[in-house]
Amino acid sequence: MTAGTYGGFFAVAGAVAWRQTYKYFRNPAFLAPALFPLFFFVAFAGGLTRVGSVPGFDYAAGYTAFQFVWALLQAVSMGGAFTGFSIAGDFENGFSRRLMLAASNRRGIVLGYVLASIARAVFTATLVTVLALVIGMRISGGYDLFGLIGLVLLANVAATLFGAGVAMLMRTQQAGPVIRTPIFIVLFLAPVFVPLPLLNGWLRTVASINPFTTILDAARGFLAGQPENVLPAFGIGLALVVVFAGWALYALRRAEKAGS
Amino acid sequence: MGVFSTQVAALAARSVLKTARQPAVMVSALLFPMLFFAINANGLDAASRIPGFPTDSYLDFAFAFPLVQASLFGAITAGSDLARDIESGFFDRLSLTPMRPVALLMGMLFGVIALGLLQGVVFLIVGFLFGVDVKSGLAGMVVLVGLTILVALGFGAIGATLALRTGSVEAVESAFPLFFVAIFLSSINLPRDLIEADWFRFIATVNPISYLVEGIRSLVITGWDAQALALGFGCALGILTLALAAAGTSLRTRIAR
Repeated sequence: MTAGTYGGFFAVAGAVAWRQTYKYFRNPAFLAPALFPLFFFVAFAGGLTRVGSVPGFDYAAGYTAFQFVWALLQAVSMGGAFTGFSIAGDFENGFSRRLMLAASNRRGIVLGYVLASIARAVFTATLVTVLALVIGMRISGGYDLFGLIGLVLLANVAATLFGAGVAMLMRTQQAGPVIRTPIFIVLFLAPVFVPLPLLNGWLRTVASINPFTTILDAARGFLAGQPENVLPAFGIGLALVVVFAGWALYALRRAEKAGS
Repeated sequence: MGVFSTQVAALAARSVLKTARQPAVMVSALLFPMLFFAINANGLDAASRIPGFPTDSYLDFAFAFPLVQASLFGAITAGSDLARDIESGFFDRLSLTPMRPVALLMGMLFGVIALGLLQGVVFLIVGFLFGVDVKSGLAGMVVLVGLTILVALGFGAIGATLALRTGSVEAVESAFPLFFVAIFLSSINLPRDLIEADWFRFIATVNPISYLVEGIRSLVITGWDAQALALGFGCALGILTLALAAAGTSLRTRIAR
């Protein structure tokens, strides 16, 4: 790429990110991705606290913090999925067609949506964190929290790129369930309620091969000030981002060919 | 057969056929509750080691979950169908015929009964294959399906009320998270006496869904518990009566418009 195309790439990304972020914060529905995680967090952290006293449950920061990390990752991942819904909406109402005609470097469109999704994730993650602190979550980690933030961002970017890819391939809001369901399933097929060794049956087997489990465990370790599986977690997070970036760019090319 | 019952039968058949012809609805109504059940039963199995837990199998304990959740799906489906009939003008055209609009409501509720019966039977079979042990035996299974249908009817009547009041599919669909929240803020995951947070235990105690869940659950993990069953059936009938009264009022209001 020449300097000019780089300029076009970032200019397009900036414009899309600004428009998308502006759109989010003008519509109260932008909070929607945070609602289910908030609700699950309240229901699980409030209703299942006693599970934290089960023999073998050895998470140092307590059950509320244990549930918080899952809720946080769920909130940012669903935020990524909802960005996919927005992209699908843009295709359906014709905005994307005009955007593609106007953009000097169309790959910047994908980056723009990702940046807007990060802005949204920062807001929803703050919301979940404030609620967790209000209901008495303890934070044991110090500088380790930067590791938690890093993993949260990787999860958001990976989910956004996955959603963007599906949205650009299907180019209809009917893509919603196709984006949402796999993310939802991956999130639930992990150690949601108890650590991996306390899971039972097929769920334990599935959770142990689910890459999200490694990210979740590492994120919980950061919050408790006892980092574990840091390299594998970041490796998996980065690999997911790279794979889904390729997926989103492939879908973009398909959308270009389709003349959307 | 009287004219009214003929009308109800025709609309009930239409309601059942409409649901049966939507594979996505059938799959959602059957698959999602079972998926959550499978995840919860294996994910929270360790909870059965909490001192005072009423059974040594979380699988048995969690079996009420898919039945109650399925009733919720049924309510949303039925409410959405009725709202779609209002949006498409079918309800208005029906009002111009000799057919009584109340027949539409009753037909829809028979559709809910049919779906509830199917779900109850399918979940019992799947639960049996998973290894759920219903302590109250075969008679208990019949009562369990009966209570599930009653719960589904109650939720279905709430869905109908929403549809008749708003006339909007979107409004009915958007009530789904509220139902979902109500289910989770109950004793669905742990017995009330083992819920540690006072505020959560209070909400679970005043939430009627806890008693529906505990009634169904008692048949699975205890056997015949008169108090749990009386509370379960009482709450189900209470919800059904109130929801039917609200649906009747909404129906009259909509016809008068």
